[in-house]
Amino acid sequence: MKNKLLPILIISSTIIFILRLFWVQLINVDDVQLSNKNSVQRVYNYPERGYIFDRNNKLLVENEPYYDLMIIPKDLKEIDTIEFCKILNIDKKTLINKISKAKKFSYFKSSVFLAQISKADYAILQEKLWKYKGFNIQRKSNRNYLLNSASNILGYISEVNDYEINDDSYYESGELIGRQGIEKAYEEQLRGVKGVSYYQKDKFNRITGSYKEGIYDTVYKAANDINLTIDFNLQTYGDSLMINKFGSIIAIEPSSGEILSLVNAPAFDPNLLIGRDRSKNYINLKNDTIGKPLFDRGLQGQYPPGSTFKLVNALIALQENIINDKTTINCNLGHYYSRKRFMKCHCKIGTINNLDKAIYNSCNTYFANIYKQSIEKFPNSSIGLDNWKKHVNSFGFGNFLGYDHPIGRPGLIPGSKYYDKWYPRGGWKAATTISNGIGQGEILTTPMQLANLAATIANRGWFKTPHLVKKISNSKIKKEFTLKKYTTIDSIHYEKIINGMYNVIEKGTAQNAKITGIEVVGKTGTAENFIKINGKRLQLTDHSIFIGFAPKDDPKIAIAVFIENGYWGTRWAAPIASLMMEKYLNKKINRKYLEKYILNGNLIDEYKKPYLKSNFKINE
Amino acid sequence: MSEINFKKIDWLSVMILSLLILIGLINIYSSTHTNLIDNIFSLKYPFGKQCLFVFVSILLFFLVQTLPFKIFEKFSSIAYVLSILSLIGLFVFGKSISGTTAWYQIFGFGIQPSEFAKPITALALAKYLSELNVSIKTFKTQFYSFLIILIPIILIVLQPDPGTTLIFLSFFLVFYKIGLPSIYLNLFIGLIGLFFLTILFNKQIIIIYIFSLSLLLISYMKRKKKSIKKIIMYSFVFSAFTLSVDFIFNNIFEQHHRDRFNIVMGIKQDNRGIGYNTNQSRIAFASGGFFGEGFLEGSQTKGSFVPEQHTDYIFSTVGEEWGFLGASIVILLFSYLMIRISKRAELQRNLFSKIFAYSTVTILFSHFFINVGMVLGLVPTIGIPLPFLSYGGSSLLGFVLLFSIYIKLDSQRSSKW
Repeated sequence: MKNKLLPILIISSTIIFILRLFWVQLINVDDVQLSNKNSVQRVYNYPERGYIFDRNNKLLVENEPYYDLMIIPKDLKEIDTIEFCKILNIDKKTLINKISKAKKFSYFKSSVFLAQISKADYAILQEKLWKYKGFNIQRKSNRNYLLNSASNILGYISEVNDYEINDDSYYESGELIGRQGIEKAYEEQLRGVKGVSYYQKDKFNRITGSYKEGIYDTVYKAANDINLTIDFNLQTYGDSLMINKFGSIIAIEPSSGEILSLVNAPAFDPNLLIGRDRSKNYINLKNDTIGKPLFDRGLQGQYPPGSTFKLVNALIALQENIINDKTTINCNLGHYYSRKRFMKCHCKIGTINNLDKAIYNSCNTYFANIYKQSIEKFPNSSIGLDNWKKHVNSFGFGNFLGYDHPIGRPGLIPGSKYYDKWYPRGGWKAATTISNGIGQGEILTTPMQLANLAATIANRGWFKTPHLVKKISNSKIKKEFTLKKYTTIDSIHYEKIINGMYNVIEKGTAQNAKITGIEVVGKTGTAENFIKINGKRLQLTDHSIFIGFAPKDDPKIAIAVFIENGYWGTRWAAPIASLMMEKYLNKKINRKYLEKYILNGNLIDEYKKPYLKSNFKINE
Repeated sequence: MSEINFKKIDWLSVMILSLLILIGLINIYSSTHTNLIDNIFSLKYPFGKQCLFVFVSILLFFLVQTLPFKIFEKFSSIAYVLSILSLIGLFVFGKSISGTTAWYQIFGFGIQPSEFAKPITALALAKYLSELNVSIKTFKTQFYSFLIILIPIILIVLQPDPGTTLIFLSFFLVFYKIGLPSIYLNLFIGLIGLFFLTILFNKQIIIIYIFSLSLLLISYMKRKKKSIKKIIMYSFVFSAFTLSVDFIFNNIFEQHHRDRFNIVMGIKQDNRGIGYNTNQSRIAFASGGFFGEGFLEGSQTKGSFVPEQHTDYIFSTVGEEWGFLGASIVILLFSYLMIRISKRAELQRNLFSKIFAYSTVTILFSHFFINVGMVLGLVPTIGIPLPFLSYGGSSLLGFVLLFSIYIKLDSQRSSKW
């Protein structure tokens, strides 16, 4: 034992040390990944975020530099605090607080002293900065939205939140991500891919050089610029027409499905959500419960389509051979659609309507009748209604359209299952659902779906999924946006209703939408409007709706206009649609009187009505 | 003076030693390298200085080889007295570095007499224990040999330098080797174990355990009255020790000593403060992997995250830049060298040479064990250098002196005394 003690100690400690080395160097190394090593610092190089242009290459969104005042406490020297505070518009207490905060963060490392200095302050500061050792200015970049109203289309960007960091390994705290609109939908294209450089740090956290001569470094991938399908002139014109009105205007180029304008009113400036005051501004926008500017009526609003939906029912009846273009139906201020149940109509007693006349006079009796027959043609109402639903769905109703904007609603097209729920054991018939025939009742559509209907009719039976992006540099738009989607209605039937729609403008409900030299076709709609305020169901003034396209035989623009509480389709929606068409097709407005009437039109009082204490009248 | 016989020198050991010194130089260069250094051999920087020390070491080695071998025995007493005087002189002329007064400042070089006290004490012990009328089994001899190591220990404790103190304590292994009754070693090991137990557990519980254990033993050995007496004595000694350890640990030790212990014992977790060194050293090892990051490529080394990396923590540079492979090779080189010396020690016919060889192994081993154990986070942070690798003139020259004398004595195995 005595002779062996030293060799045993030597050999056993050698074995223990080698096992320990094995453990420390080869097995238990998880906590020492490249990214966690305190001697290595990752620095990202961000590509400049992509620019956004309109369809005619007009710049809509650019990047604007801004300036953060940075501080490195170790370099601080005595300064003229009075002058310094004056330049920065802060008091001495704030100055002292901020310096001690920076020191707490790190004595050697630079941190933000004052974020997002205004351009004016920057100009002054830049001249005097040499006096203030330890301070420097860091240039950063932010979005500048040159289209001041289309926040609903463009969206905005802001710092990623914790959920997004956890969900997507790409993002790290403090980075920017697209929120809403195009910024969100095309985030990957607009942001590009950041590059990363690794640096060697010393124990004071100072960078001393590149890590391993940069073998792990990557170069960033440049971002893509995007051309929207939006026409800047049309969009801003739409915005001006919507002043003091709530609602939306959606214009689509029928042949391509490109959205020419997507006006949401009331609009707000996307720049409000960028920069130092964004939280304050966001809360203000959110608290506007009457205007609800954050609510995109064109994409998120679900309303009954009203009389515009009669067109769909006509097409279904034609397809199902219920009627042809010569079929007539009598109307006497309405009709009994079942025993003791009467549906009113504005047609005089003894009116005999064929399809054409029924469309341009928007006869309730006619469309309720053909709707009922389209369903009753089948052995039972369930099969009939589901057949009807299948036709309606083929127009893109009742589901998300699939456009490239992150928000939307599906609307609602009721089928047999829906009514089975409300009327169990087959307690419903076609007559129960009669309101669907005239676009009231259970049907809900979004203005975007109505615009798509206009485009589908303009194309005589097909549509391409509406979309907002026309071109992405270095990349293609999604293939699904280039495919024609056919409805279940044969092309020949469309011509029959288009005649009626032409007469809507020529001699029907929307004669004020007529444009000299352009054959406009369209259909007005008036949708009943119920809201709930404090649990009480109130009926408000009807929504004013118009869908249409022009020119009749070579459609260049299809449009849906929806004006909240605007009453008749003729009153607001039709003239606004017509002005938009004129603006787009003729590039100038000849009907100054009509333009003036719309520009001066003000519905704000109407919107405030339900919030007033006193009783109010609707549909004035 | 025909005593220089180069053929009899153990060249393999010399080569291993040279290799270790070379590895030390490479890693000192890497640990202290910055782009600012224009002339790498400049004496302003650790690497240049170490090169100078290596050069002096070579001269020292050959000087020792040319001296008559009996001179070491003859002058060991004088050398011991001079060494003790130099340790005492520190309290008058010494220079304090971070609270420890262990250096003389001469011509810009710090000289640490305790590093030279190690080989000299080894010589003195060998001289005393190899005398004809001396036997370690007698109390008188035990007393004098303990005194020989106790004097430097007291002087070094006062510096204070706990690491070097531990090295001097390791001479007990030599005593044991040459016949010190095992009771001392048992006591020593028992007390060390008790020391850790006392820190980990409540002292009352331990005392209760000691007495119940002795009662148990007594009940088994009813017949042997002598052993009963012994057991009772032991249990009182152990209990007194437990109480004193508790007192020393909580009242005499300073907080940072307690913290170091607590961290290694796993009582406390702390990666920023006291545990920082150990943690940084571990990260350096982990980033080394199997083959290491390469010479001058160790990122933790470059960032000087590991404190004292060119001195006490030099092994972490080896671990980071040369990986598991390099670090294992260094450990195996040490291990082989120590085994080789202890084997050759048995072949010595002369008791003086034998005891000195044992001392050489013991000193090397205690440094190796404490230093590598500390760098790998297995023993508490105790500042002692890794022989031949760590930066430092006194420590290098002290070890080379120790080694050279050993080689010289080893080469004279067949000479007549």
